[in-house]
Amino acid sequence: MDTNEQLRILGSTTGCISFKERFERSSKASLAATKINVLQINVGKRCNLSCRHCHVDAGPERTEIMSRKILNACLDIAKQKEISTIDITGGSPEMNPHLGWFLCEAGKLDKRLIVRSNLVILLEDAYAGFIDVYAKNRVEVVTSLPDYHDDGTNRQRGSGAFTRIIQAMRLLNQKDYGREERSLVLNIMHNPVGAYLPGAQKALEAEYKKRLFTEHGVVFNRLFCITNMPVGRYLEYLLNSGNFEDYMAGLCEAYNPLAAENVMCRSTISVGWDGTLYDCDFNQMLGLRVNHGMPDMIMDFNIEKLRSRKIVIGNHCYGCTAGIGSSCQGATVVGAG
Amino acid sequence: MSNYYDSKDLVDFPNITEFAKEQGEAFFQYYGSATSAGKLTEREKTLIALAVAATQKCPYCIDAYTNKCLSLGISNDEMMEAVHTGAAMVAGVVLAHSMQMRKIIKQKEM
Repeated sequence: MDTNEQLRILGSTTGCISFKERFERSSKASLAATKINVLQINVGKRCNLSCRHCHVDAGPERTEIMSRKILNACLDIAKQKEISTIDITGGSPEMNPHLGWFLCEAGKLDKRLIVRSNLVILLEDAYAGFIDVYAKNRVEVVTSLPDYHDDGTNRQRGSGAFTRIIQAMRLLNQKDYGREERSLVLNIMHNPVGAYLPGAQKALEAEYKKRLFTEHGVVFNRLFCITNMPVGRYLEYLLNSGNFEDYMAGLCEAYNPLAAENVMCRSTISVGWDGTLYDCDFNQMLGLRVNHGMPDMIMDFNIEKLRSRKIVIGNHCYGCTAGIGSSCQGATVVGAG
Repeated sequence: MSNYYDSKDLVDFPNITEFAKEQGEAFFQYYGSATSAGKLTEREKTLIALAVAATQKCPYCIDAYTNKCLSLGISNDEMMEAVHTGAAMVAGVVLAHSMQMRKIIKQKEM
């Protein structure tokens, strides 16, 4: 579904008032960034999987891949003092042919360096070497594991995905990933396998830790919950299953002003594969580039201007403000995580 | 009123404080405390609540607690086991009351 159609559907939902109105009513101001300490880079939409919840609509047929020139520009920006975290996502980041080089360069900057990997790809011969690249550069690996049961994960991520993710976790554990303090960091993103919101992050983390260790002998550091955003393939699922209006009404009813105050776009800038700048990865997939007169290409990046920019919002933003809040770093309400 | 039960009414639950604010607020304080994690985990309490919801045939509670079970990663078979526990309890309660029937039979029959 093209982005205009997605925006039209999101804008015409009847279950709630517009996010803009709701936010401005609760916070008495427009949503604006306060800093930029996370540089999130989407290095391409190509992926070895085609997960049913994917807001990127990523898959093996996608050809959009970030060039080395754009990655170099990202590297220059990452050097700025204000940027404390470099967060790499996709698609499957490993399918960008420049990723290995980029991680070696970014690893020299002594900043928090995250790669969002589906892990399944690390079992393929052509990509298995990334485990050592990650360990060498102390990359924090984040993987999506929607369920600690194989059937739930496989329903969302494809047949056999669960077993392969566990296999890859085992390999990462052998490289000192996911163990206690001072180990290399292996975190899990949990998102619901269906049209409902995630539960309490702490309760889920405890259950995942118990189950994954006792049933599969694997360990990880932290679990973060992320609400499925009504964007891309997940929006299509909601529409096709007749859940769209109820889901939007549920997000709207669960609007939490505290979560709204801490949304990730206030401290993040998102870079698309072609160097376009966005407020977040979800806006990126809806084609909503930074606006309000801001520089919107990486080559024109200006942190002075962008750090206080007004955020481009839409009804999909309810996904980040429901309940305990949702972000690429998990719950956003202080104390909830 | 076209239907006695309407799923949209679930969102009205917080408004049961209307007409009796003090008691309503006291109920919600108790409800929140009783259903949150304590010695039992939130997961365990949610499964208990689901079983009670089913035995009491409350469509609002079944909706709310099925969704909460899903959100907490509780599997379909775990939920069904909880419902069977509730069903077995109800069956047991009914059968235990046959004692009254049996006592009367024994009293009345020659």
